[in-house]
Parts: sequence; C-alpha cells; structure tokens
Amino acid sequence: MPDIAAGRTAIPPQADSVRPPSPPLVLPRTAPDERPARRTLLGQIERLESELSQLFCSTWPRHGFEWSVPSRGGPRMLSLADLEGLRDDLAERLSQTRRSFSDRTYVEDQNRRRIEEMLLEPEQHKWVRVANEDIGEPGCKHWHVRPRWGVLGMLMNWWRVRISSGCPLAT
Amino acid sequence: MSEPELTQGWIDVELAEEFPELSLDYVWVEARSGRSPVAVRDRLRELSDRFTGLKVIHMRQDPVPWAYRVFFRQVGVDPDSDRTPVERIAIERLEWGGLRSANLLDDALVISTVETGVPVIAFDAEKVGGHLGLRLARKAELLGGGGRPLSARQIVVADEDRSLSVLFGEIAEERGVTRKTSRMVLAALGVKGVPAISVEEALWTAADVLSAHQYARRR
Repeated sequence: MPDIAAGRTAIPPQADSVRPPSPPLVLPRTAPDERPARRTLLGQIERLESELSQLFCSTWPRHGFEWSVPSRGGPRMLSLADLEGLRDDLAERLSQTRRSFSDRTYVEDQNRRRIEEMLLEPEQHKWVRVANEDIGEPGCKHWHVRPRWGVLGMLMNWWRVRISSGCPLAT
Repeated sequence: MSEPELTQGWIDVELAEEFPELSLDYVWVEARSGRSPVAVRDRLRELSDRFTGLKVIHMRQDPVPWAYRVFFRQVGVDPDSDRTPVERIAIERLEWGGLRSANLLDDALVISTVETGVPVIAFDAEKVGGHLGLRLARKAELLGGGGRPLSARQIVVADEDRSLSVLFGEIAEERGVTRKTSRMVLAALGVKGVPAISVEEALWTAADVLSAHQYARRR
C-alpha cells in the first residue's frame, strides 16, 4: 500500500528489479585526440594574421590603430585553450581595427567632400582648414580658406582656398 | 669557394606533429668574429638602401617575413611586440638611418637575414654536441644546463645533451660565440611557407661572409 499518510508514495521493494540496470562506469583508455582541433585553430590563426597584415598595410599612413595581441609567453607549444584564446583575441582585434578603420575612412570621405565644397564656395567655409592627414594621405599639404588681401577681403567677403604643400624643413 | 655541407637537424616528435614543415638546418664554419672589414661594412651600407619606409610597411605581406610572423603567433609570441628578426633589422635601419656594423659575425647574420628573410643564429662549435635540433623544454630544465630556468614546453634549440638557446631568443651564455671561438655552428630555422632554398641560401650567405673575410679581417 502507498504510504499516503507520510505524504509520499513508498516504493515497493520489487521496483528495483524492474529498473534498467545502470551501465558500468567506463573511463576512456586514451585521451581524446586534439590534433584535428589544433590543426584547425592553427589554420585559423594563420588566416587571421594574414588579414591583420593586409589591414595594417591598408591603414598606412594613418596612425592611432592598435595592433598588438597579447603574447602567450612563447615561444612554446600552446595548449588548446591558449590557441582558442589567441584565435579569439586575433578575431576581436581584427574586428575592432576594421571598425575603427571604417569610421576613419568615413570621416576622411566627409573631409574630401568638404574640400570640394570649399573650392566651390570658399565664402561658405571661412577659415576652415583641412590637412592631408584628415583625408588619410601622407604629407603636410593642407587646404585653408582665407580672405583675399587680408582685412579688405574679410570686409568685402572675398575668400579663397590656399593650398599649402610640402613639410617644413627639419631644424 | 665550395659551399659548406648542410646538416638537417632533428625535430622533436610533438613539435613535428604540430608544425610538420618546421626545420632546423645548420652548417659548421671555420671562422672567427672580430671587427668587420671594409667590404662587409660597404655591403651593409648597400643593403640598407633596400629598406624604405614603404617597403618596411609592406614587408609583413612578403611571403617569407609573413611566414615567420604566422609562426611567431602560433607559438605564442606577439610579432608586433617581439619583432621577427628581419622586421627588427628593418625597424633598426629606419631608426638609425642605416645598418650599423657590430662585428663580423653579427654583420654576417644581418646580411643573410636581410638577403633571404630567414633568421640565422650562431653557436661556438666547440661547446655544442654533435647533432642539433628543436624540442620542448623539459620540466625544471635550465638553459644551457646551468643557466636560467626554462618555462614548461618552451621551444628550444638543443644538442643531444642540453638546450642551447630559446627559439628566437636568448642563447645560453657558455654556448654562444666569443672572441676565442675559432669554429662556429650556424643554424637557420625553416617554417611553413619558407622555401628550403631560402633556408639554405641564408646559411650559405652567412658562412660565405664569415669565411671570405677571414684573411681580410686579420690583415
């Protein structure tokens, strides 16, 4: 009879005999082969490094990007976890740098457009100055909207774009 | 001048499984270091003209330097912090405005690395065992047998008895080339993506610079 008074159902002693026997505990005799996983990770690291190198070359001559991915205390044979961590860090670094590069090129495009507008309507962009660095180019050239003939130009609203080229001589 | 005979070093099984194309070739050279003769210094000057800022920037996309960058990554070294040998030379050249002459051995190693992109290291032949190779550091192993402790599973250049140097790193003090060295072992590491001919060329170039200027140096 079930033990209703105790608030629970008593299991009849013969229930064990109908329960399926639990499988014996078997430990694997050999460690799982990490080789395929390691090979895949090494391949991924190679591909990511290649993409990072391409991106590095594309960003030149711009500065201010972060390229470093923390070392793993090498040169040594990395564990599977280290390889995974390295792969993830490289992917993260690549993604971050691509985003920053994309943001930077967007701003540079805006600056290029601004130069065109400055050249077309200098009086609408008084005193605006755009340098080569602002459009992702090497060198010290810059476009500067200034009044023609100084104060007279300012009073008469005569504006022009002065293009300066060449870097100052080293002292 | 006849080319010195190259010997292929052994690679530890575990390392060979991880990096099937890893190799260590070496060559024995009868040579002493010392002050570089004018011809070697001139050669360094000519080589330094090859490095422009733009070339150094794009160097990491060249096949051989890129292969070493990838290997650095795969063994847990950040090549943007600890530069590959050829990149380190290139950066130094930009910083100093030229390749500086140090001594005949260092100059020979720089010349061969710049020419081929393959790093070469040198040991005192009298202080290393017969056959060189690459393996992982053993538990509680000391660099060179009596130097600083090596960390576990660090990759080292070794002979049959003891480690000689950390890969791309510190050489055990008593195994490196000194003023008294009259015979050297030059070793070059090959990794995936580096043609075997480049590794051989690196060793021949270094050996050639060292051997060809022995008489000139003594004059």
